[in-house]
Amino acid sequence: MTEGRGAVPLVEMRGITKRFSGVTANRDVNFSVEAGEVHALLGENGAGKSTLMNILYGLYRPDEGRIFLDGKPVIFRTPRDAIAAGIGMVHQHFMLVHTHTVWENMILGVKDTPFVLPKKKIINRIAEISGHYGLQIDPSAMVWQLSTGEQQRVALLQMLYRNVRVLILDEPTAVLTPQESVRLFETIRRMSGEGHGVVFISHKMREVMSETHKVTALRRGENAGTVATSETTEEALAEMMMGRKVTLDVNRSRLNAGKTLFEVRNIRVLGDRGVEAVSEVSFSIKQNEILGLAGVAGNGQQELCEALVGLRPLLSGEIKMNGCRMEGSSPRRFIREGIYYIPSDRKGVGMASGMDIVSNSIIKKYWSKPVGHGAFIDWRNSAACAKRIIEDFDVSAPSLHTPVRNLSGGNLQKLLMGRELSEAPKVLIVMHPTWGLDVSATRYVREQLLAARENGSATLLISEDLDELLALSDRLAVMFKGKFMGLLDDPASVPTEKIGLLMAGAPVEAA
Amino acid sequence: METLIPILAAAVRSGTPILYATLGEIVTEKAGIMNIGLEGIMLMGALTGFSATLSTGRPWLGLSAAFAVGACLGLIHAFLSVTLGSNQVVCGLAMTMFGGGASALMGRNQVGMTIKGMAPLDIPVLSELPILGRVFFSQDIMVYISFILVFFLVFFLRCTRPGMDLRAVGDNPRAADAMGLPVARIRCTYAILGAGLVALGGAYMSVVYNKFWAESMTAGRGWIAVAMVIFAVWNPMRAALGAYLFGGVDAFQLRLQAAGTSVPTPLLMMLPYILTILVLVFISIGKGRKISLSAPSALGVPFYREERD
Repeated sequence: MTEGRGAVPLVEMRGITKRFSGVTANRDVNFSVEAGEVHALLGENGAGKSTLMNILYGLYRPDEGRIFLDGKPVIFRTPRDAIAAGIGMVHQHFMLVHTHTVWENMILGVKDTPFVLPKKKIINRIAEISGHYGLQIDPSAMVWQLSTGEQQRVALLQMLYRNVRVLILDEPTAVLTPQESVRLFETIRRMSGEGHGVVFISHKMREVMSETHKVTALRRGENAGTVATSETTEEALAEMMMGRKVTLDVNRSRLNAGKTLFEVRNIRVLGDRGVEAVSEVSFSIKQNEILGLAGVAGNGQQELCEALVGLRPLLSGEIKMNGCRMEGSSPRRFIREGIYYIPSDRKGVGMASGMDIVSNSIIKKYWSKPVGHGAFIDWRNSAACAKRIIEDFDVSAPSLHTPVRNLSGGNLQKLLMGRELSEAPKVLIVMHPTWGLDVSATRYVREQLLAARENGSATLLISEDLDELLALSDRLAVMFKGKFMGLLDDPASVPTEKIGLLMAGAPVEAA
Repeated sequence: METLIPILAAAVRSGTPILYATLGEIVTEKAGIMNIGLEGIMLMGALTGFSATLSTGRPWLGLSAAFAVGACLGLIHAFLSVTLGSNQVVCGLAMTMFGGGASALMGRNQVGMTIKGMAPLDIPVLSELPILGRVFFSQDIMVYISFILVFFLVFFLRCTRPGMDLRAVGDNPRAADAMGLPVARIRCTYAILGAGLVALGGAYMSVVYNKFWAESMTAGRGWIAVAMVIFAVWNPMRAALGAYLFGGVDAFQLRLQAAGTSVPTPLLMMLPYILTILVLVFISIGKGRKISLSAPSALGVPFYREERD
C-alpha cells in the first residue's frame, strides 16, 4: 500500500475497526505516515476521518487493529500516551480552555512542569517556538479574547511545545480566511521540511492537491485507496471518496429581484461578553434575492442573526419588515411577520433535541390553528404536518416519534429546513446551512434555498464557505469585527483574494 | 469601639464554619463538580468531630476524624457523579438528607454533653496590633488555618500547576483530557478534599465554637455556603468577606438576645440569614455577566471521553 521511501513509516495503523453503539465508524482501515510527509485524509462527513485520527491520538480505543510507531507496536490508552510518543492533534473544535491564558493552555498537561508555574520561562519558550514557525501570538491574552485564527495558532503551538513528531490537523482551514490558510500552509511546509509527519484532514480538493504529498480517501469508514498526490486528479479523488460522480454545482436562475422587503439600519448589538459584537450595520434584502454574508466565524454573524430574528435586543438601530418597525418585538412576532430562521446550532437552537419529530415540526405554530386549539394541541393535525415535511423534504426517519437527536446531521437539517420553508417564509435568515453535511445533502440544501428564492423569499445567507456563497448569492457582504466591510453587487466576478482581504479587515479601497 | 471589638472577634469565629464550607465547595466546583449536600456533610462533620473529641479528649483528633468522614462522603459523591455520571443535584440533596438524618440518629445520646474545645492562642506581635490584633489574631488555631487556607487557595488556583489542572477540568474537561490530564482522577480528588473542608466547617461549630452537639446545629449554614460560592464568584477572598458578614450579623444578634430586647428571638435568629442573602444579592446586582464568566463552564456536567456530540 505504501509505495514507501524505503524506510519504516513513522506511524502505521493496521486493520483498525471502531464501532459506536452499533454504528461502525471505521472498518479494517490501514493508514501510515512517513517522516517529512504531508498526508491528506479525505472523505465525506461521517466517513470516519476524525474517528480514525482520534484513535491514533488515544482519545478512542480501537475495537480491532494495531498501531505501530517506528515499526514497533504501541497501545495508546489516553492522549497522554500518544503525546508522550510524539503524536499531536489539533481538533476542529480546538481543545483550549477558554478562561485560561495562552501560556497556561500551552503547558496544560505537560508532565515535567514544576509545582509553581514558571511563567517567564514558559513565555520565553513560546516566543522561541512561535518565532521559529511564524506563529505570532500574545502569550498573556485570554483564549476567549482571541479570534478563531489566533486560537488555531495556540492549538498548533500547544502541540509544537510538546515536540510532537506527527501532527494531525482536523480540517484546519475550515475556520480561516484564505490569507490565514496560506500562512498555515507555510507552517506545515516548514514542519514537514524538518522531518515531521503531518496528517491533514480535509474535504477541500484544491488544498489537498496543492499542499500534500499523499492522499488517503475514506468512504463509509473504509479505506478507499491511498495514492500519491502528484499522480491523481481532483476528479479521480472525488470519485474515490464518494464512490460515484457527484458535483456540487447548482443552477441559479436569473431572477429580477422584487421590492425591498427587509431593511436593517445602523443596528448595534452586544455580544455575550458585553462587548459590541455588531456595530452600525445596515443593509436591505429584496424579494427573490439572496444576500450572502461572508466572514470568519466569530466576527458578529451569530449576534447579527439573533438580532434579526428578535432573539437578541438591539442597542440602537432599526429593523423594518415591509416598512413596519420590528425592533423590540417578541420573537413570536418576528415569526408571525414571516421572518424564519435556520440557525447554525441545529440541535440546540433549531430543535428541541429530546423531543420527537412531530413536536419539533409544530414548535413554531402550535399556538394557532389548525395545530393549536386554545390550550390544547391537535396531535392528529400535528402528525399530518410533520408527515408533510418529511415527505416534501426527503427526511428519512424511523418514525414520526423518533427524538430528533437520533437523526443524522443531514436528516436533521432537512427537517429543520422543511419546517421553516414549508411556511413560505417572506424573510429567511440562514446560518451555515451545509455545515457538516455530506455532498448529496449539501446539494439538496442549496437547491432548496434557491427554490425559496424563486418563491419570493428574501434570504440572508451566512456561511464560511466562499464557494457556497458565490454559488448562491445575488449580492455579497463581508463582515469583520462586527462591521460590514463592503457590499459586492456581482460577487461571482470579484476575485477571491479581494473577498479574502475584506474578510481579514482590509478596507475596500485597499482590496 | 471597645464594645465593638468583641463583636468583631466573635464575627470571625462565627463566620469560620461557613468559610471552611465555602472554601471546600469552591474547590469542588472549580473542578466541575457541584455538591449541594454541604448541610449534610457539615452535620456529619460536626457530630464526628464532637464524638471523637468527647471520647479522646483531644480536639485535634476530633477535627481530623471529621475531615476524614467528610472526605468519605466526598468520595461517595465523586463516585456517584464522576464515575457513574449521575445527576449531581440529586446526589447532593440525598447527601443533605442522609447527613441530617444519620447525624441526628447517631448523636442522640450525646445531646447535652459538653467538651473543653480549643483555647485561643495569641499570635506574638500581630495580636498587639490595635483593633486588628484582637479581632483577628487572638483566636484559635482553626481560625488561623482558615486564614492561611484562603491565601493558599488564591495562590494555588492562580499560580500552580495542580491549580491550573483543577481549573482546566472544571472549565473544559474535553480539552483537559485531550491534553493528557486524568480528568476523572482530578475531579474525584478535589471533590473529596473539598468535602473534607466542608466537614471541618461543621466540626468547628461543635468542637470549637459551641462545644456541644445538637441535632441540626448547623441550621442552614451549609445552604448559605452554597449560595456564598456563587456570590463570591469562586474567589476565596470574597468567600471570606461573605462568611464574616454572616458571622458579624450573627454575633450582633446574639449580643442583642443576651442584652434582652423586646424583639422576638426567632426574628433575631433569622437576621444573619436574611441580611447575608440581601447583601449578597445587592452586591451582585448587575454582575450576572461576571458571575457567568467566572463560573466553571462544565460545572455539574459529567464527562465521558467517547461520547460524541
